[in-house]
Amino acid sequence: MSDEVLDSPAPAEQLYGCVVTYSRGEKVIHASRENYIATLKKAIDDSFTMCTDLTAVDFLTYASTNRQLPSGISDERFEIVLNLISLERRERLRLRVQIAEGESTLPTAFDLFPGTEAMEREVFDMFGIQFEGHPDPSRILMPEDWEGHPLRKDFSVGRIPVQFKGAPS
Amino acid sequence: MALVRDVLDDGLGGLEHNFLTGRIEDLVKWSRSRSSWAATFGLACCAIEMMGTGAAHYDLARFGMEVFRASPRQADIMIVAGRVSQKMAPVMRQVYDQMMEPKWVISMGVCASTGGMFNNYAIVQGVDQIVPVDVYAPGCPPTPETLIHAIETLHQLIEDGEIMRRRAATGAGANVHITEIAAGATTTPIVLGVR
Amino acid sequence: MTSNLITATPAATGEGPQEMRSRSELTAKEVLREVGSVLRMSEKEASELTSSPVENDEEQTMVINMGPQHPSTHGVLRLMLELQGEKVLRCKPIIGYLHTGMEKQAEELTYMQGGTNVTRMDYVSPLNNELVFSLAVEKLLGIDGDIPERATWMRMLLSELNRMSSHLLFMATNGMDMGAVSMMIYGWREREEVLRFFQKVTGLRMNHNFIRPGGLAADLPAGWRDDVLTILEGLPSRLAEYDILMTNQPIWRERLQGVGVITAEEAVALGTSGPILRSTGVAWDLRRDLPYLKYKEVEFDVIVGSYGDSFDRYAIRLNEIRESMKIVYQVLDKMPSGDYRIQDKKVTPPPRARIDESMEALIHHFKIFTEGFKVPEGEVYVGIESPRGEIGCYIVSDGSPKPYRLHMRAPSFVNIQALPHMMRDGLIADAVAVISSIDPVLGEVDR
Repeated sequence: MSDEVLDSPAPAEQLYGCVVTYSRGEKVIHASRENYIATLKKAIDDSFTMCTDLTAVDFLTYASTNRQLPSGISDERFEIVLNLISLERRERLRLRVQIAEGESTLPTAFDLFPGTEAMEREVFDMFGIQFEGHPDPSRILMPEDWEGHPLRKDFSVGRIPVQFKGAPS
Repeated sequence: MALVRDVLDDGLGGLEHNFLTGRIEDLVKWSRSRSSWAATFGLACCAIEMMGTGAAHYDLARFGMEVFRASPRQADIMIVAGRVSQKMAPVMRQVYDQMMEPKWVISMGVCASTGGMFNNYAIVQGVDQIVPVDVYAPGCPPTPETLIHAIETLHQLIEDGEIMRRRAATGAGANVHITEIAAGATTTPIVLGVR
Repeated sequence: MTSNLITATPAATGEGPQEMRSRSELTAKEVLREVGSVLRMSEKEASELTSSPVENDEEQTMVINMGPQHPSTHGVLRLMLELQGEKVLRCKPIIGYLHTGMEKQAEELTYMQGGTNVTRMDYVSPLNNELVFSLAVEKLLGIDGDIPERATWMRMLLSELNRMSSHLLFMATNGMDMGAVSMMIYGWREREEVLRFFQKVTGLRMNHNFIRPGGLAADLPAGWRDDVLTILEGLPSRLAEYDILMTNQPIWRERLQGVGVITAEEAVALGTSGPILRSTGVAWDLRRDLPYLKYKEVEFDVIVGSYGDSFDRYAIRLNEIRESMKIVYQVLDKMPSGDYRIQDKKVTPPPRARIDESMEALIHHFKIFTEGFKVPEGEVYVGIESPRGEIGCYIVSDGSPKPYRLHMRAPSFVNIQALPHMMRDGLIADAVAVISSIDPVLGEVDR
């Protein structure tokens, strides 16, 4: 398990029309914004009926330049990550979609997986990525009039300096 | 100051019935401290410890506090148990405003007292920015012994009248810091009434 | 069954061929009675709803607010309920009142400190949070195959005891919400026993930060077997008391049976897991289906319900306590001797005594506690079975000692989406029963 190749093997493996890579032994497929919904539909037909997680990553300050994406996928600032489960075959599958900063929208997965309603709202709240066709695109964790998207890398943690008792000021 | 005086020393001496005499202020303070009801304001992990303190093993009922009123109109003490987020802050102020005087606030846990380990955009760094706090109980979460120590400190302050003096001095809450009692510690002598 | 089955030839009707549509065409929206369970109204709209009288009084609906400060919402959950009389039509759960920015905070804490952050998400079963975080970090480090046996079995012991204490808390709060207030006291009485054991082992009653990447923080103390046996021997009679107090009692059954029904398709489409999914009949338990730790080597049953109602969820959790007891007995038998943490100097700090003797140990200790250990680049997702469902940890690492992105897939966050569908057409009192049967922990919902 620990000596799994981090980069994908040379002739790219394909699944549902997307390139497959392996990350620490877990199967990951890389879709594009255009074939995202079609890929999800193919996955559902292939028994991946449960979407356990939909989240996003902001790669703005990523330290390394090598994001280990397969050739043909250009790396963008945001990445949407879905984790799917097949109850019949007892398998997990991860799906990653690159989202550019200028066009930070993606069609919603709500029609296929209603459980992603709250997850997509959280991604919108924390990252600012809009989901087209979402029934209720509003903030879910922050107050409705909050400005900014907290989990973006250019949003600071908001730490206030702490003065400890007895410390020299 | 004793509430039960010897009949012969008393000005009303020679009486055969049992009387309890005292100043009304003292009786009122005594009854306030012995029967204060807490408003349910359990937010996070500290709420679990607060419920554990009210349960059979640590038993707040012996201090008159087993009743946790959901309606702030019927509550005396607001034990802020847990971290207060930005969205919750106005709700908390509203609940505090709905409580009737006299009301006291115990800030339970480090998240309520100072923001705790969460020094970030989402957590109010100390509920004393929103409501005046009378007793701060440290711990993450405070053990039931610490919470009982905080409650008993508050009760003692109420009974002495000390709390009103302190409040007049600070202009806000009584601002009493207690020390944490470690879980499962052997009995520690606690001296109340000494700050 | 007759032998002459009707073959599926297209009949001479005007309906066309009757073939099955592929799964993805039957969108999950249709599966979910989408027409009106979830109330999608923003706060502004709700406050602007005028109380204009409707001609027919019986059809008048009102939108009221339940929470966030409420004795029965299990923390700071707020519900906007659309009521017609006492009947709940639609509902909107509003969360975020406990949002702590833990995922942002995790980017500021090293992997060694990460456990303290993560453990406060699901504060009722903190060891499970730490476990999933540690498993994810170990997978990223590549040491997940090298964790000593004893450490793995100790993790299983603590995880199962935590499952028991979490389900006991569920029974306590469920009982209180239904009105059996004495159950609150009984549940906490049993929980105290487990918490006392945790305090002996980890030093704290809650939020232990004991399961760390590489193993655990310390070894089990002397006499731990007797303590565990005391807990296990005291419980069965108490659980039998709960059966008398609640399970077989007519009032309890009336209040919970048929309340908050959800079907298996809905549960899978909504992504629910844990007792909610199992109550609908889907036998999915990560301990058996995607095993982690040593669950392949212990025997236990997966409890599955059949009606998908609140009574099933209560019964599942009650029996899961018994199953966890079975597992703990097996762990007691099989616990090997050995190290409680991996001996990799880069990951686990040296024992304190060595710091006085060896310069290397001092440097490693310093490095691990100040800068932290570096984790190779990559991303990983690990999911385990917490008492509420599947808890997952998704970490993206960029080679630095702090996670680049930490995301916890919290089971209660996803399970709460099932609330409107369960509450539809029930009474307000049933709403309380439904929230309680989902057993949400708002710390992990809001993170």
